[in-house]
Amino acid sequence: MAVNRMTAHEVTQKIIDKRELFILDVRNEDAFEDWKIEGENIEYLNIPYFELLDGVDEIFEKIPSNKDILVVCAKEGSSVMVAEMLSGAGLNVSYLQGGMKAWSEHLEPVKVGDLKDGGEIYQFVRIGKGCLSYMILSDGEAAIIDATRMTDIFLDFARKKAVSVTNVLDTHLHADHISGGRKLAELTGASYWLPAKDAVEVTFQYNALEDGNVVKIGKTAIEIQALHSPGHTIGSTSFVVEEKFLLSGDILFIDSIGRPDLAGKAEDWVGDLRETLYSRYKELSGDLVVLPAHFMRMEELNDDGRVAEKLDVLFTKNHGLNIEDETDFRKIVTENLPPQPNAYQEIRETNMGKITPKEEEQREMEIGPNRCAVR
Amino acid sequence: MDVTKVIDAKGLACPMPIVRTKKAMDELESGQILEVQATDKGAKSDLTAWAKSSGHELLNFSEENDVFLFWIKKS
Repeated sequence: MAVNRMTAHEVTQKIIDKRELFILDVRNEDAFEDWKIEGENIEYLNIPYFELLDGVDEIFEKIPSNKDILVVCAKEGSSVMVAEMLSGAGLNVSYLQGGMKAWSEHLEPVKVGDLKDGGEIYQFVRIGKGCLSYMILSDGEAAIIDATRMTDIFLDFARKKAVSVTNVLDTHLHADHISGGRKLAELTGASYWLPAKDAVEVTFQYNALEDGNVVKIGKTAIEIQALHSPGHTIGSTSFVVEEKFLLSGDILFIDSIGRPDLAGKAEDWVGDLRETLYSRYKELSGDLVVLPAHFMRMEELNDDGRVAEKLDVLFTKNHGLNIEDETDFRKIVTENLPPQPNAYQEIRETNMGKITPKEEEQREMEIGPNRCAVR
Repeated sequence: MDVTKVIDAKGLACPMPIVRTKKAMDELESGQILEVQATDKGAKSDLTAWAKSSGHELLNFSEENDVFLFWIKKS
């Protein structure tokens, strides 16, 4: 039987459409436990490839005959080997092109909404890692927000849309992934904006984002208003776009809130986090559509693959916005936190320009889920 | 250490370092020692887990100039 190649894009479509898929993950058990392809109708079997070198007979009966079968490994090589063995035994199977490396780097652009005078806003869903970036387009110009290091994807998209990138912004100094912001700004000549309070130690030139700043995109001037919203980092900033969208960075997610401890300052920042979520955000219009910088679980994706919800819905449904007692809130966001993202210190230093790891090293640093939230 | 055989898996990508290691191991006698040289980043965790699951003993591990060196004793 045939061995087929499935791309990260095809797997993403299956997950968004909630289709059934059987994944045979042949990575180490630790790697599988730590991070895997998630989806509502995915069934898993994890057997490391090195236990299958003598043949696949032992697992053959554990593999269903009525589902699409996808073999997954870290970089592709082992999954091809196992897929060929299964194929030789008579199964029709696919392997994931580029393995979990490709899965981690795949971005799926999804339109979030229209802005005035033909403007548009797109969300770039990094489905394997739960990172969300944004592009705002207006009248031949574009702004990119919270870009990942896969800069080609943004540049290709801008080219296809015939817009020039004029502004690149990060809502905060990221700790879970390497920002593509500086590189995009260098490649396009755009201005690179970072919150001044997060950028104290950066080694490069940037435009300081301060509370109340307005960045204009296109001649029709779509406005991005900066709203200082500390808590995840001291400089964390949210953006209000045309009084319609709230880009909430790592402060507020769909089903969780930002964690205050990734710069080692949980105790200091928990008060800011509370103030931002329970006072500053309360003053905003409940009709704003919240567009966060992350999602943690596939359930946070809407049916069309977007991650977005109205602010007043989150004030009702998001547990993190409904903890009445301040002492309880402090406890929840500073105690029993999930493990910190892989290599988060090195990632912060990279984003400050203090260290410049090679591409392969950057990839290794970003392995695993983002873990920016408390739930 | 009395090394019986050396496997040079430098420059090879997963799964080849383990495929070669296993093949060489199959030809050794119990108690003999295999040295494996690899550069693939995943080799460290995979060879360690493989040795454990197959019952061989990972005697030592070191890293020199981006080359991982393993010494494995056949069970």
